[in-house]
Amino acid sequence: MKFVDEYQDSELAHKLARRITALSTKPVVLMEFCGGHTHAILRYGIRQLLPDTVEMRSGPGCPVCVTAPADLDKAIAIAYLPDTIIATFGDMVKVPGSRSSLQQAKAEGADVRIVYSAMDAVSIAENNPEKSVVFIGIGFETTAPTIAASVLKADEKGISNFHVLSFHKLTPPVVKALLNSGETKLDGIIGPGHVSVVIGSQPYQFISEDYGVGCVISGFEPLDILLTGDNLVEQIEKGEPRVEIAYPRGVKPEGNKQALKLMQQVFDVGEANWRGIGIVPESGLKIRAEYARFDADIASPVSPEPAKEPEGCRCGDVVRGAANPLECKLFGKVCTPESPVGPCMVSNEGACAAYYKYASDNGARYD
Amino acid sequence: MCLAVPVKVISINGDEAEVDASGVKRRVSIVLTPEVNVGDYVLLYTGYAIGVLDQNEAQETLNLLEEIADFSEIR
Ligand code: SF4
Repeated sequence: MKFVDEYQDSELAHKLARRITALSTKPVVLMEFCGGHTHAILRYGIRQLLPDTVEMRSGPGCPVCVTAPADLDKAIAIAYLPDTIIATFGDMVKVPGSRSSLQQAKAEGADVRIVYSAMDAVSIAENNPEKSVVFIGIGFETTAPTIAASVLKADEKGISNFHVLSFHKLTPPVVKALLNSGETKLDGIIGPGHVSVVIGSQPYQFISEDYGVGCVISGFEPLDILLTGDNLVEQIEKGEPRVEIAYPRGVKPEGNKQALKLMQQVFDVGEANWRGIGIVPESGLKIRAEYARFDADIASPVSPEPAKEPEGCRCGDVVRGAANPLECKLFGKVCTPESPVGPCMVSNEGACAAYYKYASDNGARYD
Repeated sequence: MCLAVPVKVISINGDEAEVDASGVKRRVSIVLTPEVNVGDYVLLYTGYAIGVLDQNEAQETLNLLEEIADFSEIR
């Protein structure tokens, strides 16, 4: 595939890794924000290519994983409402809530449908005018513009039974929250590639300016990630932290203005509740008053019992980079992709799922 | 969930485009990338083109990769 295969060359990857090894004199901790990067790093065995001085931690960039248990319970409670269809991206279905899951609700008769795109949810609403269709809006800035576009499409078509439960989250504020907490000392951040296609690199500027930490936005192929690692290690060795784009074929400093415009047209910034992190101010997106008729919070109010985390699950620590999936006692024994205990084992971007899938077959360094 | 794949735009019709995704033709929304032209590659994400890929920058990155990889061999 063009724009993919060229960035997978194994010989070049080994050369780059040797250069990073030659450059790196002191131990550093790099966090890959994005769950897509976590999977690529494990899939291509990048941790084994890197020198022992470079430690990688996964971050909160898995939308399913960081959805707070209380929000998840809300979505599940809505699924049990009469005359309601839940439309959701597939990852959400298997995530265990405090008392049930969307999968269980479905088994008990709820109408839960997996969609590939928010547009599909609009079509379901159009074809089922007597039902309320609630789309579970999870995801970061990559996803939010597509949801905004779907709301505008429903508006244009006069579809009034399409509702969005907005759990959308914003990247820069949670990076700030992690840096403020200081729980894990980070020397560099691998910035999310596809979030940045939308928001650009400018919103991350504070990372180097206020915290003296470098942030390099990366693509998802192995050479992209190694190029990013090389850039970060060089910055750290020279003591010159900067915000840079190592994925310029996709990311511009100013981002995608049209996507940002639609996102701002439909959403207002508000607080968001993150699993393992809690409420982070200005880190979420709420549907604006002008589009309140599309807001599932208003159309389908529910008040589930107080939420609880799955017992023994360390997903909350994993998304903060404070624990590695292998530090969870349930990993691979009680908790597997077939019977997941927490969302980090369910999602295609969850760190536990990545470790489970790739760590055993390529002998990844268990650290 | 943030994984987007590069696909080639074959034709454009209003706010939709037909793209070639590894040999499979699909219709995608281009409301987020109105500047796109036939022949461009876009990043396809859940039915929407979220960005247009920059072919010059793509080549620049490959050049840079070669350059710094060779540099590692000299040292
Ligand atoms: S292995 Fe399972 S139980 Fe443990 S942290 Fe991951 S998702 Fe939670």
